[in-house]
Amino acid sequence: MGGTMASLRTPAAPAAPEKPAPPRGTRLPAAARRRRRGENVAGFLFMSPWLAGFLLLTAGPMIASLYFAFTDYNLFDAPRWIGLDNFTEMFGDPRWRKSVEVTLWYVVVGTPLKLAAALGVALLLNQKRRGQAFYRAAFYAPSLIGASVSIAVVWKAIFSDDAIVDRTQRAVFGMDVGGWTGDPQWIIYSLIALTVWQFGAPMVIFLAGLKQVPRELYEAAEVDGAGTWRRFWNITLPMISPVLFFNVLLETIHSFQIFASAYIVGGGAGGNACGPADGSLVYTCYLYVQGFENSRMGLASAMAWMLLLAVALVTAVLFWSQKRWVHYEEASR
Amino acid sequence: MSSAARGPYARAAARRRRGAGSLAWHFGSLAVLAVVLYPVIWAIGGSFKPNEEIVGSLDLFPTEPIVANYAGLADGIADISITTFFSNSLFLAVGSVVGVLISCSLAAYAFARIRFAGRNLLFALMIGTLLLPYHVLLIPQYVLFQKMGLINTYTPLLLGKYLAVDAFFVFLMVQFMRNLPKELDEAARLDGCGHLRIYWSIVLPLCRPALITSAIFTFINSWNDFMGPLIYLNDPSKYTVSLGLKMFVDQEGVANYGGMIAMSLIALLPVLAFFLAFQRYLIDGMATSGLKG
Repeated sequence: MGGTMASLRTPAAPAAPEKPAPPRGTRLPAAARRRRRGENVAGFLFMSPWLAGFLLLTAGPMIASLYFAFTDYNLFDAPRWIGLDNFTEMFGDPRWRKSVEVTLWYVVVGTPLKLAAALGVALLLNQKRRGQAFYRAAFYAPSLIGASVSIAVVWKAIFSDDAIVDRTQRAVFGMDVGGWTGDPQWIIYSLIALTVWQFGAPMVIFLAGLKQVPRELYEAAEVDGAGTWRRFWNITLPMISPVLFFNVLLETIHSFQIFASAYIVGGGAGGNACGPADGSLVYTCYLYVQGFENSRMGLASAMAWMLLLAVALVTAVLFWSQKRWVHYEEASR
Repeated sequence: MSSAARGPYARAAARRRRGAGSLAWHFGSLAVLAVVLYPVIWAIGGSFKPNEEIVGSLDLFPTEPIVANYAGLADGIADISITTFFSNSLFLAVGSVVGVLISCSLAAYAFARIRFAGRNLLFALMIGTLLLPYHVLLIPQYVLFQKMGLINTYTPLLLGKYLAVDAFFVFLMVQFMRNLPKELDEAARLDGCGHLRIYWSIVLPLCRPALITSAIFTFINSWNDFMGPLIYLNDPSKYTVSLGLKMFVDQEGVANYGGMIAMSLIALLPVLAFFLAFQRYLIDGMATSGLKG
């Protein structure tokens, strides 16, 4: 766990301490020079699949995508440079603004709820009792199947008109919205429920963090008369803040990229995959529609770059904010 | 203070307190479990119900179980047998696992065990791709594969796996390999082993847990993948289980909820089987690197 955190903080930090390489230009014995050249060749050979993938499937496409973002491109005619037109069209498009709104709402409501559920259940499970491993595995299972088309289909049925959620809502709150998946306002909450249901993955990470909090801290606090809430606030939370940071970062970035479940749950008859009145038009759904249904490759690339910028901005803000609330231990244990 | 020193009464009271606490704990955990398992149990019950009863009734289990929903699947979807979708998905999943195990472990070995020029820079780039949203690459990769005439083949879905594009697994393996004692390499070097021998005969066997975790996650991710096949495959006989299920949903609509749910459950079986067999590896892998399922 600690290793993960440290590497995320300082990505370039290499492995275990090694002998410092002699500075460039100094004359090395011939054998050492041969050895160093040998290491470079071996490193290059072992890295070659990754390097090819990086150039062909990551770096190259990113540059191409940046270029497409400033062109009109339908895949069959050559891309035509149109400057910032894609961006002006995007910002002026009410459907694009709607997709931003839907996605932000999904991220802002869904991620905290999911993490709260994950932390709450992790605190519940974090006791030495028989059956802990069983519950942990059972709660984790939805994270593995939650992104599948299968669960999206089941979800659509559970949240449809007259099904259990609709009936409960009518009986308990006297509200009849005709099933969440059929209502423009409510459909997004069925997707939020689906992401919260997958709280198991961050829960496992929280549990790993909770296990590393030294018992003595709690015992000392108890002697000082600190109650449960004080202990949670002053000991548990600061001690697991690196894990909390990691979960917030990962879950936020993932939330921005929701696609399959929205596409299936929102997909109705008539080929509209974005829910009633675009109620579940998440960002990547609209990107898919523009790119692959309307063949607007240039516009879709511009949209993708806006998504990248948004994710980069959120990541940067989170990394900047961690100075204020994330406590890393001084001495590495 | 040991419990013996407190006498039999105190011991009994402590046991009672512990018993009550344990009961409350199990009660709380079971309540969460009920919420978590509800959708799946509802789906299992629903797959044995006639269509009218699935949405209309609040009962978890059918009044009179029927197997028509499963039997109906034997006709296939749009004249294509279910087994075709399964063998397509299986081919892609196994192909992905092989690719990830080879390419990611090679890259990880270089990062963890070879001192070559530019290693730190490449490692930083690799970590950078960890957080990169896949959608930025979606359009240009599609354009690339389209120009190469590879649409409607499995190449776009597999190529990245053989080129170590899944940085998460590289990262997981690097973390693991760094913790192996350096003396092993040095001893092997003195015996005249090259990097390839050390990688194959020493490091890989010791990395088994990381390899197993990567393999299972790769299999499940490939099995669940929807966007990739949706974009690259257009011939229904090449469809994966996910796409077949989506086609089924579009075709049947609400008229055949039973069949859809039955098919959904069958599609989940391999993932659930992997989970039951390897849950330790999955959860430990998650806990050490925060992998997403």
